[in-house]
Amino acid sequence: MNAPPAASQALPPVIEIRGLYTQFDDLVVHRDIDLDIEAGQMLGLVGGSGSGKTTLLREMVGLLAPSRGSVRLFGQSVLDTDPQRRRALRRRFGMLFQQGALFSALSVFDNIAFPLRELHTLDEGMVADLVFLKLAMVELEARHARLMPAELSGGMVKRVALARALSLEPELLVLDEPTAGLDPDRSESFVKLLRILQKELGFTVVMVTHDPETLAGLATRLAVLADQRIVACGTAAEVAAVDHPFVRNFFGSGRGAAAIRQRQG
Amino acid sequence: MAAATIDVVDKTGVRQLVLAGDWRLATMPQPIAEFELHLRQLAAGNPDWELRSISRLDSAGATVLWRAWGRQWPAALALSAEHRALLERVASIAREPEAPAARDPLAWITALGQLSLAAQRHLSEIIALIGQLVLDLGYLCLHPREIPWREFSANLYKSGALALPVIALIGFLIGIVLSYLSALQLKTFGADVFIVNLLGISIVRELGPMLVAVLVAGRSGSAMTAQIGVMRVTEEIDALATMGVSRSQRLLLPKVLALAVAMPLLVIWCSAAGIIGGMIAAKLQMGLSYGFFIDTLPRVVPVANVWIGLCKGLVFGVLIALIACHFGLRVKPNTESLSALTTSSVVCSITVAILVDAVFAVATRGLGLP
Repeated sequence: MNAPPAASQALPPVIEIRGLYTQFDDLVVHRDIDLDIEAGQMLGLVGGSGSGKTTLLREMVGLLAPSRGSVRLFGQSVLDTDPQRRRALRRRFGMLFQQGALFSALSVFDNIAFPLRELHTLDEGMVADLVFLKLAMVELEARHARLMPAELSGGMVKRVALARALSLEPELLVLDEPTAGLDPDRSESFVKLLRILQKELGFTVVMVTHDPETLAGLATRLAVLADQRIVACGTAAEVAAVDHPFVRNFFGSGRGAAAIRQRQG
Repeated sequence: MAAATIDVVDKTGVRQLVLAGDWRLATMPQPIAEFELHLRQLAAGNPDWELRSISRLDSAGATVLWRAWGRQWPAALALSAEHRALLERVASIAREPEAPAARDPLAWITALGQLSLAAQRHLSEIIALIGQLVLDLGYLCLHPREIPWREFSANLYKSGALALPVIALIGFLIGIVLSYLSALQLKTFGADVFIVNLLGISIVRELGPMLVAVLVAGRSGSAMTAQIGVMRVTEEIDALATMGVSRSQRLLLPKVLALAVAMPLLVIWCSAAGIIGGMIAAKLQMGLSYGFFIDTLPRVVPVANVWIGLCKGLVFGVLIALIACHFGLRVKPNTESLSALTTSSVVCSITVAILVDAVFAVATRGLGLP
């Protein structure tokens, strides 16, 4: 019953981007980007401000249509026009938004229960069990379930948003600045939590972050977005060997290099 | 992905359940509630559980199993260490005891009490707001350099000048409708010329101010509540306070003053449009000449009516702005609260305007009527 390793290699990549080209009016954001992300990888997307990282992320999950080229998740187009297939595909990944994007009118419990209830196949008792399980997974207590999003601290908002993103047992987790706005302690514990959950649940991760510590703590691979292209993609060591001004700057100085070397070394 | 399967094996009197496949949210038979029920019925026979053939188990699958077992470990169970860890995690979840939703037979009395307390709180807060604005006005009179002219003129433009077209249109159309309908009635009495009295008094004294109040409450009142509300949510108001800028002086007072100035002007504008509409309709319907209409109007409509209309405009304007600001300052940082309070603001301003209009009608019953 266990799938042999050879079979999993034959699966299509979790994310497959081909010839992606993005243009807003006169501004070209991406020029012919190709990128593959295999199952189980944790890819960190890095690049300067305004290099189109978040735009690429939004194109990956189908929130934005690229001007040209294709994005396929699990071998299917994200912009499938068949609503059934599209919904089925969107249930296979979870997204953690930068500000959490919790529904402010719903309590923590209802926020996490929302995607589960949308399945229309679970009874309320099961939904409640799963919600409390997810809350425990992200290290929140059951009594937090009754709070409203406005009553949560920044770190708790992220955890609740993570619980919501994980509620449908996704195979892919998309993180937009997972630790932005958290203090170093909380940021570190959040990264630790993500790493434990990834090990446990085995999902694939794509993230955009500015924080070198987060990158060092989570990413097993890096993709560098600069000059409208992916200029380097691979492990930290492979990327560091690439001769490009942004890469030199990123690895050449400061905390980023230190943090990543420490992890790699 | 293999679907979740259950095989029932009976061997030597012991029933064994062999579970296999992917026990995941997406691969369990749908609807899951029924599948769980089925599993629970199987579990009732207290069989042996053979879970080692399950290839993948997620927390949804583990929860289904745990619930089917009645939240306890079955007597005979074989499973991999990894899946046991997951099930142990599910087992360790403390569920929040659900709050008993007992129905209180006297709940309506409590609700009534809460309603009146809320009304009292609103009233006292609005009075406090008025007091604050009066103090601000006094302060600004003594320190004229700090008068927020720019905000005042921006508000005047937004809630006054930009409202002119729609108010002219509505006033004009209402004038036409009123004139046509009245003309039909008056004709049957042969009292055609009284159309001037009728239109003049009703529009200048009553309809003009009321129409403008409803329009401005819907147009500017809602915008003010939403703006102040969002500024509160995004902490812009707190940012102002930290810069030493008084929110009431810079944000609320200009709105109240702008509406206090704009509303009387809009009332005149609306009344004029209404009368022109009525005049045109009277000409078309009854052949009443424009010259006669314009000549008769000042004689049959005492000028006191214009002042009453202006006064109403001023009072309505101040009230609408005050209510809009009051509700805006109560917005909590969630979308539900913003929409609820914007609605409340508009409903409340229109209701208050009509109430005050009734008070005006009684208080000025001896004025301006020939």
